[in-house]
Amino acid sequence: MINYTEKIPNNVDLGRDRVLQRALEHWQPAYMGWWYDMGPNESHNYEVYLRTATSVEPDGWAQFGYVKMPDYRWGIFLQPRDEKREVNFGIHKGQSAWQEVPGEYRSTLRRVIVTQGDTEPASVEQQRMLGASCPSMYDLRNIFQVNVEEGRHLWAMVYLLHRYFGRDGREEAESLLARRSGDADNPRILGAFNEPTPDWLAFYMFTFFTDRDGKFQLCALAESGFDPLARTCRFMLTEEAHHMFVGETGISRIIQRTCEVMKEHKVEDPQDVRALGVIDLPTIQRYLNFHYSVTLDLYGSDVSSNAANYYTSGLKGRFRETKLEDDHVLADAEYPVSEVVGGKIITKNVPALTALNERLRDDYIEEIADGVGRWQRVIDNAGIPFRLTLPHKGFHREIGNFTGHFINPDGEVLSEEAWRNHEFAWLPNAKDYAYVQSLMSGRVVEPGKFANWIAPPARGINNQALNFEYVRFN
Amino acid sequence: MDLVATQESQGKKEAVDFQTDPSRYKHWRLSFDGPVATLTMDVAEDGGIRPGYKLKLNSYDLGVDIELHDALQRIRFEHPEIRSVVITSAKNRIFCSGANIYMLGLSSHAWKVNFCKFTNETRNGIEDASAHSGLKFLAACNGTTAGGGYELALACDEIILVDDRSSAVSLPELPLLGVLPGTGGLTRVTDKRNVRRDHADMFCTNPDGVRGQRAKEWRLVDEVVKPQQFAEHIKQRALKLAGESDRPAEAKGVALTPLKRTIDERGLHYGFVDVQWNREARTAMITVRTPESVTEDSLEKVIAAGANWWPLQMARELDDAILTLRASELDLGLWIIKTAGNPGVVLAIDEFILNHQGNWFVREVLGMLRRTFARVDVTSRSIYAIVEPGACFAGTLLELALAADRIYMRDTQENGSSASMTLSKMNFGPLPMVNRISRMAARFYGDEAQLEALRCETGKKLSAREALEAGLVTAAPDDLDWEDEIRQAIESRAAQSPDALTGLEANLRFGPGETLETRIFGRLSAWQNWIFIRPNAVGASGALKVYGTGAPVKFNWERV
Repeated sequence: MINYTEKIPNNVDLGRDRVLQRALEHWQPAYMGWWYDMGPNESHNYEVYLRTATSVEPDGWAQFGYVKMPDYRWGIFLQPRDEKREVNFGIHKGQSAWQEVPGEYRSTLRRVIVTQGDTEPASVEQQRMLGASCPSMYDLRNIFQVNVEEGRHLWAMVYLLHRYFGRDGREEAESLLARRSGDADNPRILGAFNEPTPDWLAFYMFTFFTDRDGKFQLCALAESGFDPLARTCRFMLTEEAHHMFVGETGISRIIQRTCEVMKEHKVEDPQDVRALGVIDLPTIQRYLNFHYSVTLDLYGSDVSSNAANYYTSGLKGRFRETKLEDDHVLADAEYPVSEVVGGKIITKNVPALTALNERLRDDYIEEIADGVGRWQRVIDNAGIPFRLTLPHKGFHREIGNFTGHFINPDGEVLSEEAWRNHEFAWLPNAKDYAYVQSLMSGRVVEPGKFANWIAPPARGINNQALNFEYVRFN
Repeated sequence: MDLVATQESQGKKEAVDFQTDPSRYKHWRLSFDGPVATLTMDVAEDGGIRPGYKLKLNSYDLGVDIELHDALQRIRFEHPEIRSVVITSAKNRIFCSGANIYMLGLSSHAWKVNFCKFTNETRNGIEDASAHSGLKFLAACNGTTAGGGYELALACDEIILVDDRSSAVSLPELPLLGVLPGTGGLTRVTDKRNVRRDHADMFCTNPDGVRGQRAKEWRLVDEVVKPQQFAEHIKQRALKLAGESDRPAEAKGVALTPLKRTIDERGLHYGFVDVQWNREARTAMITVRTPESVTEDSLEKVIAAGANWWPLQMARELDDAILTLRASELDLGLWIIKTAGNPGVVLAIDEFILNHQGNWFVREVLGMLRRTFARVDVTSRSIYAIVEPGACFAGTLLELALAADRIYMRDTQENGSSASMTLSKMNFGPLPMVNRISRMAARFYGDEAQLEALRCETGKKLSAREALEAGLVTAAPDDLDWEDEIRQAIESRAAQSPDALTGLEANLRFGPGETLETRIFGRLSAWQNWIFIRPNAVGASGALKVYGTGAPVKFNWERV
């Protein structure tokens, strides 16, 4: 028997909820089995300086201390309930927000939750070998923090499945532990979550680009008329911010280090830069192109009847829905989407309801562009004449209107042959991966030390020093 | 609605062509490996047969199904060495997502109904080939198998679903679109696969469908297989099924050469079949002719004649004429069927066909005749057969008369010529309707005494009076009455409600006793066709109409 309140911090009255208890009795051991199998490799005995959410109060969501990850207190937290909250969009706009699943939307909601939930353990699986090549103890601690929180986000989604979806929900929750990233027989649901995360550059790119897709999806679900989903996602968002921080500062530090070395040795040619053991800027650009384009696919088809249905039903809103000034029904509104006609990219207006995936993607692109701008400033401050750019959104896409077209980063439609001729000028090639891997052949774990290819961060975690012992290996 | 009007006017402008060949396929790939053929669905998004929609996610429209129908015919006739057929998809993680919803949303009611009828006939044709031709079908569902995609799988002998924890089989029509699965899905789930009715109820109301082990437990699929083993498993099962077949390994196929057809303002013209339309009277006169004499009197000659052998050529021409009239000539509500030629020729060919059922080609020709006449039975047009001097309603061709709603025979001795009809063994079983009984047995409700008496008349030329006496004709007006009688019969029919006539004829043509096929056409399709015109499906806020727009569905909750 599990002592629920002790072991599982929560604000859902778990101690008295027999439905949840029954579900968790089976699931919790299975989750631990999954963590031992698929959590960070060889990490189970480490003591890691982690932050744990123990309540939703301002001082409760970030309690720092040393924890062995298998003992991490994965909790269940929902943003406190607002009794007056309403459904804020779609045909049910103005009704009280639903506290139980509306029967007519049961299977749709379940699918939305399962799809979101599946991404959480997937990224842990993708990243599980990276501890062996970490550039510092600080970074090792950060990846572990990201991993345990992805685990907690899985808990959050599983809570919804267990609490609101009966036997189906329990079966889906088990499947979330059974699928495996990249397993041909048993893959994760979304394509990007079956790609390997082979190195730390890819990890930072992933947390910057792909975790930010997670943020935008959570933001859209945080608007849901199904109140428990909305409240769950709101709390998850507080943790997601750290993941993107890890990504943005990780890339920023790599760029900073590269620029320092370039200036110090007065070199610009990528080969010369590589000879000095740092990652050349064109390689960073190619990684960026890859992760950005793969992540854009995660938003789904430009024109999507599912997205329209989710919105109209009040299940999934737009980014910052309640801050937007329109009728929140969108019956007659239009939104521009692009497509390729006769070798040219054209834009046409379609019903806004069907273009909600595209709209969320555009919101995402806007935020991404700001982050890339901050990276650019690091380069500019070093006085190096190099521009990092976001490729055209039609570049290297496999979902949506651009699928099957060969579009270069500048947005020109090419023939397949012409595109293939330049493919590896735009996307990382085998040599790039091999080079980046070669920099990361071992781990750097002496407190305060950092690998040559990355600059130290501006400050430590929770105001600790940079040479603080963030991980005790025992 | 404007779009529907556009669709209908386009339907009139451009007739649907049911003839194609593998070099022209846009949506399927047909490949052969020893005794196994693989039909790979790879629908071209921009290849719709009508404008206005994209065929995403391996969804299909009439054009896709015309190719499937053609491919099945090629396997039957051109590849006698093929013993099992794998139906699968070239798309990643999608087998087939069914009929294209946007196409249905844009289509007129008549287009939808006719589309469903053709897809039904093609699925039935798969099962017909399994029952009669020694071809076994394997649905290799390598991804999402939804709606019409699952219905296609249901038509196969075996369904294998990939077990990747996300691919499911489903019939989401009711919860997503407010209609029924229109291509036999419901009926096959119960009648063929014996899915328990409460499981079927759960299955058909859940848009996500059922996957993995439960799909097998509920009998929705025969096996679930992991992705890594999938290809090998399919290969082994296909070879196993092939082993059960009696199709010849060494025989050479018969090429289905393009039909020689001209279409002009008067009608459709083929070698042995001619269609003349009378738009003012809203009738189509279909005349089927025989050759002068029998020239192919041995298997060698028959196979050498191939697609030009009369029963095959005639059946292919008639098939094309029926499909063309059904798809493109909606207003021609009464078909008048006539024949011409030498009854002796038909009787001799009938004899030959029945004596050579051990030969794969002859067996396929009989199958072609069976399926073509079965199309007539389910056609929503009034049908009269007119038997005059010079007509040739004998054996196989007599089936056309027996398929008709009424048979008029001229009782005449003028100029020494008289009308006759002649029975052959073909009329007593080898060409059953889809209720698996012969048109003759259906006509007399299985009355054995009457059927036995008719069997005794086999081979004999029956006069109008004898035919009337035997119950084979509806009326036998004499010379004085004939012209006016026929004119009035045609005019009065053409004036009656086309909808009510369709319902009446469908009821009368199929008597007591149900089969899977009659339930599909009579029960499932009839309900579906009703649902298709109800505001809850196609009204301004009907489920089918608003699908994909995000606009809310508004039902009228009244149960009817």
